[in-house]
Amino acid sequence: MAKNKISLSKEFTKGLWNENPVLVMLLGLCPTLAVTSSAINGLAMGLAVIFTITCSSIIISSVRKIIPKEVRIPTFIIVIATFVTITDKSMAAFQPELHKSLGAFIPLIVVNCVILGRQEAFASKNNVGRSIIDALGMGVGFTLTLTVLGSIREWLGAGTIFSLQMMPDSFVPWMVMILPPGAFITLGLMIGVTNWINARKGK
Amino acid sequence: MKSAKLIIVLTMTAIISGAILSVLAGYTQPIIDAYQAEVLKNAISDVLPGLDTYIEKDIEDSKFYIGKDKNGESINVAFEAVGDGFQSKLKILVGMDLKMKKILSIKILSQLETPGLGTKIEIDPSNKQDAGWWPKQFVNINASSPITYLINEKPDKSKSQVMAITGATISSKSVINIINKSLKKNRPLFIKEVN
Repeated sequence: MAKNKISLSKEFTKGLWNENPVLVMLLGLCPTLAVTSSAINGLAMGLAVIFTITCSSIIISSVRKIIPKEVRIPTFIIVIATFVTITDKSMAAFQPELHKSLGAFIPLIVVNCVILGRQEAFASKNNVGRSIIDALGMGVGFTLTLTVLGSIREWLGAGTIFSLQMMPDSFVPWMVMILPPGAFITLGLMIGVTNWINARKGK
Repeated sequence: MKSAKLIIVLTMTAIISGAILSVLAGYTQPIIDAYQAEVLKNAISDVLPGLDTYIEKDIEDSKFYIGKDKNGESINVAFEAVGDGFQSKLKILVGMDLKMKKILSIKILSQLETPGLGTKIEIDPSNKQDAGWWPKQFVNINASSPITYLINEKPDKSKSQVMAITGATISSKSVINIINKSLKKNRPLFIKEVN
């Protein structure tokens, strides 16, 4: 029992650091780079992904035994696409401003390989409880990474974090940080720092 | 037998998915439509000062929103101008007097220009006093001749001039061209209809 509990919590925390979908597995980079021009966009994208990945994992892991191996990928995609459309429509109805700023990237969660990757590698082989923990861990890891990336870019590129002033008035924003090159530079440095910390830990 | 199972599983998945989504769309679509109508209504009252209600009027393939005062008299008119910007489609709502000789105000309805440069056509966070300075240049501007833009010179509204944004000349130019073009097309349509 005790042993089971530890591994469950490990199941969750592996998504945050050791197997972080963005920084370690380098999955889902397209939305990561595209939407993180501000902290709130990163957070919103992350939350949409948490919802989609968790719901998809619940469905996939509960019907995993009746899905024939040959059609598993199309089935996963239909399930994921259904939840993405639910997210897209609900967001357009209840959070229209946020929906406008995330634009085309909500429908594109369908092809976010973090989600499909977790269905294929985990949910289709494990029970519902474990799949939920795994999905939440991965989702939270993805969200944290995007929020941090968005915060850094917004901080240097606009002088604010979550629209709160974080720089003195005399600060001249580094425009490049909210443009696409800023996303590549910041993400590259974050991956570099992650590898550096892991290498030091390994010694 | 094996392939029958594949077909059944996929078909069932698609049917269930379709059923869920059609229920959801039926529920959310009215809310989304209501929000968009609200946005358009707010935009129209932003560009048409003194408006009490407005009516929609289609003349050929152009749509006009005619502003009415409290007594139901037509006082001004707005239309949507759409065209290509620097890197995105621009949608601009233009409010004008009834003779279509003077722009009362404009509002950028949608744009995806370069963040921090082209987006200044809508809002300029770097200008702490007045973030909306750029579209405000069109308030009460003379539009009897096509609008032109100046770089680093003080514009004169009576001569239909506005200042271009430093670093976003193409976005500025696009807005002006889109307004000029749709004005040229819409003015005769509207004047003919009204008289």
